[in-house]
Amino acid sequence: MKMVSEATSGNGQQVCLCEKVEEILDRYNRDVSQLISILQDIQEEFRYLPKEALEKVSEALSVPMAQVYAVATFFKAFSLKPKGRHVFQVCMGTACHVRGAPLILEKLERELGLKNGETSKDLAYTLESVNCVGACALGPVVVVNGEIEGHCSQSKVDALLRKVKGQSS
Amino acid sequence: MASRNIPLIRTVEDLEKARERFREKYYSVKRYISVCGGTGCRGGGCLAVAEEIKNVIKEAGLEKELPVRLTGCHGFCERGPLVVVYPQKIFYQKVKPVHARKIVLRSAAQGEVIEELLYENPEEAKKVVQEEEVPFYKHQMRLIFGMNGMIDPENIEDYIALGGYSALRKALFEMQPEQIIEEVKKSGLRGRGGAGFPTGRKWESVRRAKSRDGIKYVICNADEGDPGAFMDRSLIEGNPHSVLEGMIIGAYAMGAHQGYVYIRREYPLALKMLTRAIQQAREYGFLGGNILGSGFSFDIGINRGGGAFVCGESSALMASMEGKVGEPRPKYVHMSEKGLWERPTCLNNVETWANVPLIINKGADWYASIGTEKSKGTKIFSLVGKVNNTGLIEVPMGITLRQVIYDIGGGIKGGRKFKAVQTGGPSGGVIPESLLDLPVDFDRLTEVGSMMGSGGMIVMDDRTCMVDVARYFVNFLTEESCGKCVPCREGVRRMKEIIDRIAEGKGKRGDLELLEEMGRAIADGSLCGLGQSAPNPVLSSIKYFREEWEAHIKKRKCPAGVCKELITYSIDPEKCTGCMACIKPCPQQCITGERKKPHVLDASKCIKCGACFDICKYDAVVRQ
Repeated sequence: MKMVSEATSGNGQQVCLCEKVEEILDRYNRDVSQLISILQDIQEEFRYLPKEALEKVSEALSVPMAQVYAVATFFKAFSLKPKGRHVFQVCMGTACHVRGAPLILEKLERELGLKNGETSKDLAYTLESVNCVGACALGPVVVVNGEIEGHCSQSKVDALLRKVKGQSS
Repeated sequence: MASRNIPLIRTVEDLEKARERFREKYYSVKRYISVCGGTGCRGGGCLAVAEEIKNVIKEAGLEKELPVRLTGCHGFCERGPLVVVYPQKIFYQKVKPVHARKIVLRSAAQGEVIEELLYENPEEAKKVVQEEEVPFYKHQMRLIFGMNGMIDPENIEDYIALGGYSALRKALFEMQPEQIIEEVKKSGLRGRGGAGFPTGRKWESVRRAKSRDGIKYVICNADEGDPGAFMDRSLIEGNPHSVLEGMIIGAYAMGAHQGYVYIRREYPLALKMLTRAIQQAREYGFLGGNILGSGFSFDIGINRGGGAFVCGESSALMASMEGKVGEPRPKYVHMSEKGLWERPTCLNNVETWANVPLIINKGADWYASIGTEKSKGTKIFSLVGKVNNTGLIEVPMGITLRQVIYDIGGGIKGGRKFKAVQTGGPSGGVIPESLLDLPVDFDRLTEVGSMMGSGGMIVMDDRTCMVDVARYFVNFLTEESCGKCVPCREGVRRMKEIIDRIAEGKGKRGDLELLEEMGRAIADGSLCGLGQSAPNPVLSSIKYFREEWEAHIKKRKCPAGVCKELITYSIDPEKCTGCMACIKPCPQQCITGERKKPHVLDASKCIKCGACFDICKYDAVVRQ
């Protein structure tokens, strides 16, 4: 079993990892039926699931590490590698697909220099596809940092990229 | 915690007094502005519109006389952001913040109609003033979904004022649990999640099932995974209490004291609304101990999904709620006997639960009078894809596909030709033009090789390739197969390889027959509903569009112009005006030409990204 765990930043992050995970565990009363929610909150906090955090969860919930790892790798919500500060999610729902979502994904792949599912080395951008965000009437849809952008065309993607790049500089 | 406090409503008398009070509070002023706050309209900027409307109202000092409600989804997402001015119900579409002043000062305050924001009926080129007159709404029957546009989903008092929790009152004080189950059975309600299992029968088995310690569970399945369907999300976002009320009634009927909502992670707004609704239901006394003084206790918790399609399947969903990997198990023993934590469990879909208060309030006979022989009531569909009016619609069962697509949907976008409609998501299939007069209900859709599913209807025109759509679903299913049983894990993957080949122009004679044979084997041999229905999108497509598949295999052509390996782009010199618009967006710099002279596309450098096709206003870029 290969575990990927890279510290996202310097020591500061490492020190507070334990406390943060404890706090999240308490939020759910250390209840094993909330394992997915706990992992989701950890993912949100660190933008991935650090190995140390998974170990902590396994210990606190008295659940074998194998089960925590199985859940962490089964569900799409989780990543064992850090995600970028800006996340582009291209909706691949059926409605978006028939309105040209694959071409939008390819456009983003070209412009960001990333393949679907990859994160840039400087951790600035992540590009991923999602199965349906339920905004089907607006397709094709791209979700940029949680904001839904509807009726995407190639030129709208250009505008979105300019906007996001402007924010990060 | 709020639940430990004494609830605000403790008896039936409290409830009715509170209802009077809230009616006075919210509905004594007949004039108000409703702004759609559904996800679609939020994507179009409705929050800024609502903000600006409130600012203008404040400036004009009209705060008392003119309330603003940010409501749930009105359904007509295509035309968002939507604003409705009450009591006249003047319907404004595509509203921007700059229009706020006109809407408040002229329309709401003086009753004037702002022409430019009205919906124009394309057939008659006539402007329509009222919401009900818009063809998109006119042909609907909005029993479940209608309240969405009126109430503020963040405010339980609004729901109570409009009659909310009166079905619960009736169930708790005027009916025995068995009577409730009988009523639901008699109504003919079938599960809205897709398979259409009779809800009353499911409830009856859970009620009768023995639990070793008396514990039983009810669960609401809000893991709406079908791509192209979003009615469950809109119900939870727009009217969460109707779902909670249904769950409480069901729990009482089945003798459960704990419920859960399993909700998709991709729906942050729905999660927020649901969390708030549960909190408020506790504060007001609809959840917790001794509800309304009836002696019945029940509470609801939330479980967030992890983004796996298979978790919409009952046993996989419950496994993931126990902190395990979401894999289904064989169901020799039903979930109604041994479900969550091995206790009898009733799992129903969001829309199914939302139907319950209606049945209790209006009676099974009334409910059963709507719909077809074996499919009763209404169904919410998401009408999307290449159709003019996209959005969420609620129609009586038995309506024909033609009525849905043409009367409500306004026909095909850009006046193109209808080709097929896909229903039932990855478990369903495509339905061709020859079957447009098919009445929509559970059994008829299954008969033609598709299924109801959770209610996605994706309309396709002559520019949609049926091989590509089948490829899309098989891709989806390959990713989403949990991997537990071989027919699904390996079989669907092999189907994908064959379809990939066909789409790349490397199809062989006999491929279609092989796909059909494999499809039957996968359907027969798979463990759960995902695998059993996985071949549907492919089999129905081959059944109705065999010619198109054969064109890919024999002629190496994609007639719809979609499959990348089989198409080329070129510029029609007759149509090209030489506007140069396509030159800059081309990432390969393969288009050359001068102003006002026809351009030329060098196909050898072209990567078929479609940028030129997208931007050309004169249809001069040819894709074939």
